[in-house]
Amino acid sequence: MLRAAMAPTGLALQRTRQLATAAVVAGFILAALLLPQFTQRRDVINLFFLMYLYITLAQSWNILAGYGGQINLGHAAFFGIGALTTRTLWTEQDFPFAAALLAGGAASVLFALVVGIPTFRLRGVYFAIGTLAMAEALRLTIANLLPNITSLPGPVIARYDLEPRYYLALALALCTAVTVYLLPRTRLSLGILAVREDEEAAQALGVNPLVHKLIALALSSFFAGLAGGVFAYYHVSYYSSFAFSPNWTFDAVLASFVGGIGTLAGPIVGGSFFILVRERLAVSLVDVHQIIFGVLFIVVVLTLPGGLVEASSRLRSAVRRLLHHALNV
Amino acid sequence: MNLEPVVQNLVFGLFVGGLYGIAAVGLSLVFGVMKVLNVAHGALVMLGGYASFWIFTWYGIDPFAAILITAPLLFLLGFALHVGLFRFVTRLGEEAKIKNSLLISFGLTLVLENLAIKLWTADERAITTGYAGEGVTLAGVIFPYTRMGAFAVAVLAIALLHFFLNRSYAGKAIRATAEDWEAASLMGINVQRTYVVAFAIGTALAGVAGALVGVAYTIAPSIGLAWTLKALVVVVLAGMGSIVGAFGAGILLGEAEALSVYVFGSSYREVVGLVLFLLVLLLRPQGLFGRR
Repeated sequence: MLRAAMAPTGLALQRTRQLATAAVVAGFILAALLLPQFTQRRDVINLFFLMYLYITLAQSWNILAGYGGQINLGHAAFFGIGALTTRTLWTEQDFPFAAALLAGGAASVLFALVVGIPTFRLRGVYFAIGTLAMAEALRLTIANLLPNITSLPGPVIARYDLEPRYYLALALALCTAVTVYLLPRTRLSLGILAVREDEEAAQALGVNPLVHKLIALALSSFFAGLAGGVFAYYHVSYYSSFAFSPNWTFDAVLASFVGGIGTLAGPIVGGSFFILVRERLAVSLVDVHQIIFGVLFIVVVLTLPGGLVEASSRLRSAVRRLLHHALNV
Repeated sequence: MNLEPVVQNLVFGLFVGGLYGIAAVGLSLVFGVMKVLNVAHGALVMLGGYASFWIFTWYGIDPFAAILITAPLLFLLGFALHVGLFRFVTRLGEEAKIKNSLLISFGLTLVLENLAIKLWTADERAITTGYAGEGVTLAGVIFPYTRMGAFAVAVLAIALLHFFLNRSYAGKAIRATAEDWEAASLMGINVQRTYVVAFAIGTALAGVAGALVGVAYTIAPSIGLAWTLKALVVVVLAGMGSIVGAFGAGILLGEAEALSVYVFGSSYREVVGLVLFLLVLLLRPQGLFGRR
């Protein structure tokens, strides 16, 4: 009786909350779109660029780890391949940038599939250490083959404009977010989630685990490759092997976990938080953010599997309970 | 054809292989007994190297003697790490245990590496004793004292571990727990205590490995990842949890790297081990010496 009476109110409340969330999200996107119109400060634009890049990187890692259940410790390889392909095609082969960027994402997917088909035969931990070894082997090989610094060509540097880079990174972060938003809402990704929960059970229900893991890997590596391409578009000069540095993997893992793995908001919160802390501390101290995030990460793994996102929702419900008590008394 | 450089290379390969073995044995012990994958093992090797380095620098104690201080220090650190961190994963199911221990030790690696940079700078260091750079020359092949000594200590440490695991009660308890912890617990073995001891011994072994790396080669805060990878490569070659196999596989890796120089050139030395590793993972996941 009581439950029946409350049901419509519950639904209405849920609808209101959804609308409120949508309004907040729209507000954030609008603010991000307008930001370059309001400020000319390069440090601010740079900061937000890095945030979008890290959100994309973390989100792309989250697709495979959070939804596919596979811990990939070689994510840097996908980022690096995207960066290398895009940079080479764009600056040396005179491809239009958009084509070079897409080619970077495609090259990354191709490589991921070549690596993924054999390594997915390995369960759990073997996949993690196998990908770690693969990425290190690739980084060392690239450092041998391309030992020099890659720089943007002179004419590009002369016309260098931060704004298109900013918008490109923002667009990419939004694309990955939309993809992850749609993930639990399609038949395909229900298969991916089923494989994450229990491979045998999924297989018994006619879900092919290998195919679904490969699809998650392809999506993950595609966005990582595009993020690499955006990095290649943005960064003026770096050693080619820098884009393959294991730090790209580690940062993505930290940001995803601290934010909240397997959620849409987690990598967004985690990636932004990571960059804010890093850039704030980089001025005074070297790499202290790694210590802070290392500790936070361990705390999250041990005590708070849902990361900051879960922490804030727990906090909110605790506050709501408190308010409820206070108002009733 | 002049064989001297080839033989010299094989000798160096043997010496470095002994270090790969000792670095891997600790990782293998911890994994075999607890099913905890500690990717911070390389960072612990790095800490062992720094402990020996500072003991040598501040007190002038010979680095080989300093191992007698470094190993107990790292034993205590291992004890603390288990009680503070890894204890929490030991009660999980096997797959969740491996995954969570991998993640925790990954975070630990970042913390230890960056703390080391903060405390001791990112510079490369080596323990330079009075006899560093000296050695015996036999038929044109040099046997440097430091590397020879490091190899000998590695062999000794692994022999001691083998003896401990096979002869002592505590060692047999560790092996029994590795075999089947439920049965071991029914036989009156305190499984949680066995885990602490195994983890502390594994950490002490990392400390010994680090001390030897510091004498015979160089240390820096960033060597952790490379040594974790070496240890993982060796453990996978040997088969997870096999102690004596790990030593053999370490030497195999050392020699494979030494010989690879003639095929691919010296700059691909580090890649060879990793490719070997991937091949073994794909073709023989139970390891070269392991049984399925």
